[in-house]
Amino acid sequence: MLTSFAGVLFDGIAYGSLLFLISVGLSVTMGLMNFINLAHGAFAMLGGYLAVALMNNAGVPFLACLPLAFLGAAAAGVVLERLLFRRLYEASHLDQVLFSIGLTFMAIAGASYVWGPGQQPVRLPDFLRGQVHAAGLDLGAYRLFLIALVVAIAGALGLFVARTRFGAQVRAAVDDRHAAAGLGIHVDRVFCLTFALGSGLAGLGGALGIDVLGLDPVFPVKYLVYFLLVVTVGGTGTIKGPLVAALLLGVFDVAGKYYVPQVGAFVIYTLMVLMLILFPAGLYGRRA
Amino acid sequence: MSAQDRSAGLERAAATTIHRLPNARWRRPEALFWLLPVAAFFLFPGYLVLGSQVLITGLFAVSLDLILGYAGIVSLGHAAFFGVGAYTAGLLAAHGWGEPLSGLAAAATAAGAAGFAASFLVMRGQDLARLMVTLGIGLMLYEAANRAAFVTGGVDGLSGVTMWKLLGLFEFDLGGRTAYLYGLAVLFAIFVLLRRLVNSPFGLSLRGIREGGRRMPAIGASVRRREIAIFTVSAAVAGVAGALLAQTTQFVGLDTLGFQRSAELLIMLVLGGAGRLYGALIGAAAFILAQDYLSGMNPVYWQFWIGLLLVAVVLFARGGILGGLSAATRRIAGRAP
Amino acid sequence: MKRANIHAAIAGVALAAAAAGAAAQGAIRIGVIAEFSGPFAEYGRQMQNGIKTYMKQHGDTVAGRKIEILFKDTTGPAPDVAKRLAQELVTRDKVDFLAGFGLTPNALAAAPVATQAKVPMVIMNAASSVITTRSPYVVRVSMTLPQVTAPLAQWAAKNGIRKVYTLVADYAPGIDAEEAFRKAFAAAGGEVVDSVRVPLKNPEFAPFIQRIKDTRPEAVFIFVPAGEQSIAFMKGFNERGLAQAGIRLIATGDLTDDAVLDAIGEVSLGVITTFHYSAAHDSPENKAFLKTYAEVSGPQVRPNFMAVAAYDGMAAIYEVVKKLDGRIDADRAIEILKGFKTASPRGPIAIDPQTRDIVQTVYVRRVQKIGGEYYNVEFDRYPNVRDPGK
Repeated sequence: MLTSFAGVLFDGIAYGSLLFLISVGLSVTMGLMNFINLAHGAFAMLGGYLAVALMNNAGVPFLACLPLAFLGAAAAGVVLERLLFRRLYEASHLDQVLFSIGLTFMAIAGASYVWGPGQQPVRLPDFLRGQVHAAGLDLGAYRLFLIALVVAIAGALGLFVARTRFGAQVRAAVDDRHAAAGLGIHVDRVFCLTFALGSGLAGLGGALGIDVLGLDPVFPVKYLVYFLLVVTVGGTGTIKGPLVAALLLGVFDVAGKYYVPQVGAFVIYTLMVLMLILFPAGLYGRRA
Repeated sequence: MSAQDRSAGLERAAATTIHRLPNARWRRPEALFWLLPVAAFFLFPGYLVLGSQVLITGLFAVSLDLILGYAGIVSLGHAAFFGVGAYTAGLLAAHGWGEPLSGLAAAATAAGAAGFAASFLVMRGQDLARLMVTLGIGLMLYEAANRAAFVTGGVDGLSGVTMWKLLGLFEFDLGGRTAYLYGLAVLFAIFVLLRRLVNSPFGLSLRGIREGGRRMPAIGASVRRREIAIFTVSAAVAGVAGALLAQTTQFVGLDTLGFQRSAELLIMLVLGGAGRLYGALIGAAAFILAQDYLSGMNPVYWQFWIGLLLVAVVLFARGGILGGLSAATRRIAGRAP
Repeated sequence: MKRANIHAAIAGVALAAAAAGAAAQGAIRIGVIAEFSGPFAEYGRQMQNGIKTYMKQHGDTVAGRKIEILFKDTTGPAPDVAKRLAQELVTRDKVDFLAGFGLTPNALAAAPVATQAKVPMVIMNAASSVITTRSPYVVRVSMTLPQVTAPLAQWAAKNGIRKVYTLVADYAPGIDAEEAFRKAFAAAGGEVVDSVRVPLKNPEFAPFIQRIKDTRPEAVFIFVPAGEQSIAFMKGFNERGLAQAGIRLIATGDLTDDAVLDAIGEVSLGVITTFHYSAAHDSPENKAFLKTYAEVSGPQVRPNFMAVAAYDGMAAIYEVVKKLDGRIDADRAIEILKGFKTASPRGPIAIDPQTRDIVQTVYVRRVQKIGGEYYNVEFDRYPNVRDPGK
């Protein structure tokens, strides 16, 4: 009983950490630029397809593809932010929602055109497959790898935001954009780099997630709900928020499906509605 | 700048921004607009089935305009009420009561009740949280309808919806003639009522909520009660649209509750121009007709072009088609001596 | 002079009438309603290629009339769109046949149109039993889910598997499959120890697979939509060591669909499925089919059961046109279709005259690697299987 509970916990944490990795960029972007970007999943998808293209066409090993997916998605983020997104920072949320939905549609159609509508295969390196026996449990090797990687990244992000000067600039701009500009912080540059970082992380998450979540052209829309869920429940503008929310949602989703599979699908939505009633601005969000 | 210049500038600004109090009198372009679907009935007899779907979706879009264009509530789950209406009317007919008009009334009641219940959840929180709650409600209802497959038919849909003759006289025919006129009559009747509603003091207060909800209590207007009221009305109208679809196609699919339907509706409304009721109709017509025309050419690229169009509208033509039209007419009128 | 004029006029009118008559003879139109965009775009693509393959092999003219195909996109499960397309095809384009239908709700919504307009409707994919009961003009050439599930249960019982855990996606086809398996397995003496229905949009199979592992059945029967669900499940199945623990994986051929089998890769090795078509089926008809299919669609695309069903659907339609000598009458067409038999690329098939549904051989196959690619290799068969539901 306890081993199965621990197993469920482990799976839930792994699932949640993947969600966190993809969603953290969205949370920071939304808190920082007050921009609802529903196209965030498209960056994750881009990272995934980049990794697949590199692995299958150029024979690049899986681990090497990951930083490349990050860089590719970050580069795309920079380009799009400069050209398109920054025009809409002052626009209404509705406009931003529609704009990002439009971008998402274009991304889906583009991916469909280039790679076809089917699932993309991914071949993990051998040392990441199978199970590891630890503490009397059978833990999936790839899931262990995921958790380890996300813990490292979350830690690095936290340090980055709390200890570096750029991190301080980001925090200042999230708190009050105009005051930060008044202090001489290049808010434009902060936005651009933060957006790039967020998109890059999403791309990395997309590449990591191919084995767990699959990869096909409708990826951005399929998982949009989960990303938004994480950000809404966790609150925008922080890193802790989506981390806690993603882990919570991951664990509850997996536990719900294990213990009460008859209502498995409802658990995550009910949890979300409940959390939003209790914390309308999210767990760690600030009331505007 | 001297005081004189400043006041002159203000005067000029006041002259160019035309603030019109809502005028409930019917203007000529409106009358002409309503002649179009009547003319289409005679001019395009082979396209009436498409036409009825345009009318039904137009009604659905109008219902979304009530909460989005007038009260400023962004919803990604409005199809929930469309589906409630569709299933109510469909189940009623599938279980023996196929009278069309009473089916509409039942659907409106059921959907309105659902809207009333949902409004308490939706009213909490700001933009994003509200969006998520509407999304969540839509998804939960979809899953519930799938689960209750013994009632709703689940993914396979509800067949066996047999309708009696409309008003005891008109049978629903294969060419879609009865369905078209039925849909047009219902749309027009409801539209007249809603037009009256949005041009009333209540409608004005909704606009007040959209522009600056926090200041409303200062003038003694309860924001919450108005939002609940308009949300309920909007849900009821969406339910009528859903019922129309169920009755005219004699089938109810699970997709009536789906996210895709909610998302497409949002796009249609924005394309046409929110906040004017007519924009909803124009957007629905433009979207559906374009989709039918273009998907015949190459289905894969339809999604790309609609995405591009959406991006272009947001960047360059906020206010949609109707907004663009009225800006153009204003500019032309401004140029006239 | 005037008489000559009148003669000329009469001759002219006669010629025009003959020309009009010949034009009225014109093309035979087939309206194919299927999914060509969205998540089910593969269905439409396979069907379209299957149709093109048949027409490439057999030409596009039958009994002096040209065959014209009108492809219409439903974009997915959209019964109102499917019904509208059917209505338009029938009233505006005056098609002689309706065909296609990749999804059950779309077929169910369009069936009344076939009845009202008296147009034969050939189902080329949708697999729910009830579809053929909705209209006397509906004929199916694809398969039904119970038809391919029952032999699996019988095979499992015959081969020493007594305790099975079922896992299906929580939607109508999944529930149908669960029911069909349970009935047939109980009739063959087996026992379904436990069953679970997973949510339709489920990305995480870990908890369900863990439950299975904890229960330790002899085999798991699964039915999930083809695509990332089936891939995710099989990967999880392998990763968690269920195969090593001696639990076998049995399913219908939807799990190892030919079109996605290579994408699934080596985690599919050894999976046993029952289905009516495998691209590795060894027959001259299949070889010819594969060859022409590659010419039509390019070498990257492998045909799957939907392409074959579309191919056979065209064969049925061509037979009707030939037998009626180009003069299509719906009732007579249905009579001819009821007795239809042919050697399809999948094996011998026939249309049951009572139910207008397909009767065919269901094969038991195992996934093996042949020449660097993965195929379902047949090793047992159940001939002349009818739809158990009717």
